Formats: sequence, structure tokens, C-alpha cells
Amino acid sequence: MIGTLQTTAIDPLDNTAEDPTRTTPLVLGGLNLTTLTDKVCEIAERPRPSRAWYLAFAAACSLTVVMFAMIGYLIVTGIGVWGLNNPVGWGWAIVNFVFWVGIGHAGTLISAILFLLRQKWRTSINRFAEAMTIFAVICAGIFPAIHVGRIWVVYWLFPVPNYQSMWPNFRSPLLWDVFAVGTYATVSLLFWYTGMVPDLATLRDRARTKGRAIFYGVLALGWRGSHRHWHRYEKAYLILAALATPLVVSVHSVVSFDFAVAQIPGWHTTIFPPYFVAGAIFSGFAMVGTLLVPVRKWFGLQKLITLHHLENINKIILATGSIVGFAYATEFFIAWYSANDAEAFAFINRSFGPYAWAYWIMVTCNVIAPQFFWFKRIRTSTAFMWIIYIFVNIGMWFERFIITVSSLSRDFLPANWDYFSPTAVDVLTFVGSFGLFFMLVLIFIRYFPMVAMAEVKTVMPLAHVSGESKPIGDYHGDIPEERDSDEVQR
Amino acid sequence: MSTEDKGIYGILIEFEEPERLVEGCRQVRDRGFEKWDAFSPFPIHGMDRAMGIRETRLPLLIFAGGLAGLATALLMQWWMNAIDYPFLISGKPLFGLPANIPITFELTVLFAALTTVIGMWWRNGMPCLYHPVFKSEHFRRVTADRFFIVLEASDKKFELQGTQEFAESLGGIHVEQLEE
Repeated sequence: MIGTLQTTAIDPLDNTAEDPTRTTPLVLGGLNLTTLTDKVCEIAERPRPSRAWYLAFAAACSLTVVMFAMIGYLIVTGIGVWGLNNPVGWGWAIVNFVFWVGIGHAGTLISAILFLLRQKWRTSINRFAEAMTIFAVICAGIFPAIHVGRIWVVYWLFPVPNYQSMWPNFRSPLLWDVFAVGTYATVSLLFWYTGMVPDLATLRDRARTKGRAIFYGVLALGWRGSHRHWHRYEKAYLILAALATPLVVSVHSVVSFDFAVAQIPGWHTTIFPPYFVAGAIFSGFAMVGTLLVPVRKWFGLQKLITLHHLENINKIILATGSIVGFAYATEFFIAWYSANDAEAFAFINRSFGPYAWAYWIMVTCNVIAPQFFWFKRIRTSTAFMWIIYIFVNIGMWFERFIITVSSLSRDFLPANWDYFSPTAVDVLTFVGSFGLFFMLVLIFIRYFPMVAMAEVKTVMPLAHVSGESKPIGDYHGDIPEERDSDEVQR
Repeated sequence: MSTEDKGIYGILIEFEEPERLVEGCRQVRDRGFEKWDAFSPFPIHGMDRAMGIRETRLPLLIFAGGLAGLATALLMQWWMNAIDYPFLISGKPLFGLPANIPITFELTVLFAALTTVIGMWWRNGMPCLYHPVFKSEHFRRVTADRFFIVLEASDKKFELQGTQEFAESLGGIHVEQLEE
């Protein structure tokens, strides 16, 4: 019949339809202020976590112990326990550092840049992503600290007076790194904690035992939702987002200077800062997705962390993954176009030399895998997307391995060349760092509000005091203020 | 405040909907109260005007914090590498701005961010683990799903009988007196 519109069955939890004439709800299933609060708080209020949580926590703690045992062995023996050899002086420690710092980019990107861009969908996932960022940066920080070899003099990295009356060399990228990662960790922590205070107050007000009331009461600083406080709080949060935005871009740029300022072919390129930043966001979002897909299912958060949220994450992965793929191609083009023999050799060696296997794993995982996200069916299927996240996680570790090791192992003098193989200590330390990461994630899930409740409430339709006409697009709180006769009293 | 109001911190009015809270705030503001406050589980747009809150000067403080970070970084790098222990590397200048920019940038952001957070909590008077409003059983829902106005007894306009009647006229679902 002419004029009949096609009808399809509507899944109540599927809000991924891209119809520009309709608003996309960010909170589904008729949740209101009361049920939303209950839903999120219940997770942290269960008297006992599930058996699966205990099993996961036990496994994560065991791996953490393995990592610290390996670090102890390293400290008492020396860095000879790693697979480092003469040309390859930077091995897995640096690879793992860059890998974890890269993962740590998603949280602050979501909390700062998406906040400034008014991407309201960030509210359901920002708390979790910020927590993940902090844990990833903790894992990252361990590796450069232990790779200095003599860890007992690691304070030489900081400008503190020491018995030699010497100061650090501030013109070295390695020192820039200390400041960049230190600042990033501090600002991410401030951002996370400040954002969490109103929600900690919710847990305090719902506490049924004295212990919980004191624990959350102290952490909530006495927050009582006063509008005079909200006024400064929102201003501070906005400024913090503005301060953190250049930080997100700068941290991995500075990490890339560790390589780009050196003169090794394959490292000495100006493309590194933007290419590293895109790769960091790419890997960070993949890790956020890796954790969120199971967590939203296990804790029944599908109405809050909706398919629309996951689809947006996947679109960002597709965009940044394509930038990364384009950067690989550009590197090759420049290696040829520069007519520099050493540069050309470095790149041919990367893809066809002794590390070709690692290179092609990297290309498969980082260039090919994310391209599947062009298909909406894959972009909105939790099983498919999770598989792609795992590919990206693997690929991005190999990218850092390729950059670090393939360039070093074939430097200017063929007499120096050697092949790098990791030892068991290398492998166990890296695997152990996942234990530490997951241990922290599990503690966070158990005791802290996983979703930023106060922020999600602001994107719910009932929060719009003046809202008869809803603007098109995601629900948000930025309806032009009603024109009443209010004058600010001074 | 008259003598009969001794021991009273203020009057608490509870609302179920944000619209009512905003409307109540306008009335309190227009009545000329100065020492009062509104409470809600999330920030509500338009409340600053409804309450007549003056724009915070926190950004000026943050700007000063950022400048302090900038100055600290530049002075530290110049004094440590060029003056106290001249550190000559590859014949490069002892103090050259480009090589010192990354750390200058990082410390500027770090100081500004610390000023933002510490300044905000300080100006908000926190940590403040005790407050008379916490005595109200109803107020426990302020961080979940309820909205409140508190008219403080220390306000010049406050007098128990009249203010109680005014509070009851604001359309709340519950009115209660808070002890000091």
C-alpha cells in the first residue's frame, strides 16, 4: 500500500536509531530520580559481593603479588633479569609504560574534552572511565620507576637537593615526562574526586551502618547540595575541564618526545605527537569498552550505559583508529619521500625484518579491526564490539613494541645489531600489572558510585525546569533559559 | 531575631519537584531574605538568578594560581640549570626558552588545577562534617530525590511565627524547624 510507513519491532533498550527529528533519551526504562539513585547505590551497598567478584578479586590479587615479587627480584638482582641487550636498552618496561599511559587517556578525554563539547552522553560513563584512567596511570608509573635500575636513587628525577648538589637536566624529554605524567595523574585524581563528592554524599545519606556513615561522610567532606556550593562547584568543574583538555593532548605528546627527540631512525619524526595522541585515545576507549560491556551486563546498568553510549565509543574508536592507520601510511611515505637511507631502511625493516610478525599483528589489530565499526550491526552488537576492543588492546601494545624495539635493534652500525627476546620476568611483570589494574577496578566497583548520579540526573527530562520544548538531539540541560524578569541581585 | 527564636537554626521546607523549588526561591528572594539557601541533588539551571547569587570570583584566584605555576617553573629551571649548577649539554644555551616550555606548561596547569580544587572547597567552607541541616531525617534525601529551602534564623527578616507561615505558603510538602 502506498504511503504506509515501514514498521519494525522496537527493542525498549535500543536507542541507537539515528532519526534527526527525534530526541535520543540517554536514560531508558522510565528511571526517575529515586530509582536511578537506588539502582546505582545498590551496587556499592550489597552486604556481600557475588562469588564471581571474589574469584576475580582473588585472581587479580594473586597477579599483583606476582608483579611485586618480580619487581623485588629485579631490585635485588639488577635489570639483567630482563631481556635487554646492547642495542635494545629500552624493552618491555618502556613498552608497558607507554601502553598504560595511553589507556589512561580515555578517562580525561571523556571527562574534560567531551564536557567542553557538551556531549551529554558522557555522564553515564565518565566516572568509570576516570577511575580506569587513574588505575592505568598507576600501572604506568611503576615501569619507568623500576627501569631506572637503581630505584633507591629514583628521587634524582625530581628537583630535590641531594648530596651531589646537582639538579635534574630540565632540557631532557625524560624529565619532561616526569612532570607531564605527574601533573596528569594529579589533575585526573582531582577531577575524579571532585566529581565524585556529591555521589559520595548520597552513599553517606543512605548509609545504614555507622562505619559506612563515617567512611563516606569523611570522603564527602560534608557536601549537602547547597546551591551556593553548586554554583562554585560547577564553575570549578568547568575550569578544571578547560585545564585538563590541553593536558590530555600534552601528556602523550611529551611521551612521544622521549622517542622523537632522539636521533634513532624510526623515532626521529615530527608526526609522533599527534600520532601518539590519536593512538592513546584509540587504546583508551578500547579499554573503557572492554570493561564497560561486561560491567553493564553484570550489574544491570543497560538503562544507564545504553547501546547509544557504546555506539558513540565505537565511533570514536573508528575515527581514531583510522587516524592511526593513516599515520602508519604517512610514516612510510615520508620514509621514502625524504630520500634518507637510514629512514627508509628502518621502515622496510619494520615490516619485513625480524619483527615483521609483530608488525603485521599490529596492522591487523589497529588498522583492519576497527574498520568493522563502519557497519551499524557490528557497532551495536556487544559481542562483536568486545572482540574488536580486545584486538585493539593487543594491537596497541604491539605498536609500542614495534616502535621501541624494532628501531633500537637495528641502529646505525650493523656490528651492533641484536634481536630482543623477553625473559619470564618481563612477561610476568607485565601480566602482573593487569592484576594490579583489575584489583583496583574491582575495589572501585565494590565501594564507590560507578555512575555519576548527580550528573546523570541533569540529563534526565524531569531536570528541565523550563522545558516545554525539547531541542533535537540528545537530551540535555542547555535549553535557552526562560525569559523571566529575574534580575541578579548584588 | 527575637528572644523566642533562641536555639532555632532555621526553617526547612521540602519540595518534591525542581519547578516548585525554583518558584519558592524566587519568592524568598523577592521577600528580601539574605541568609537562606536552597538544596538539591543536582545543579538546576536558572537557580543562580532565582536565588540572586552573585557570580563567583574563583576564576581570578585560579588565574593567579596559574601565573604562580608559570613563574615557579621558569625561575626553577633557570636557577637550577643556569645559575646554581651551570649544566652545559651539547653546547646548548644554559637557559633557552623552547626546551623549558614543556615543564613550564605542566606546572602552570598543575598549580591552576590545585588552586581550582582547593579554592573551591575553601570558599564553600568544606570540609564541614557537621551542619544543623543534617539533623533532619527528611534532609537525608537531598542527595537522592528531594529539594529543600532553609531560611536561617540569623536573617534580619526572620521571626518565628511569620516566617513559619511564609514557609508553609511556598508549596512544599513538609516544613520543619531545625535546631541549632
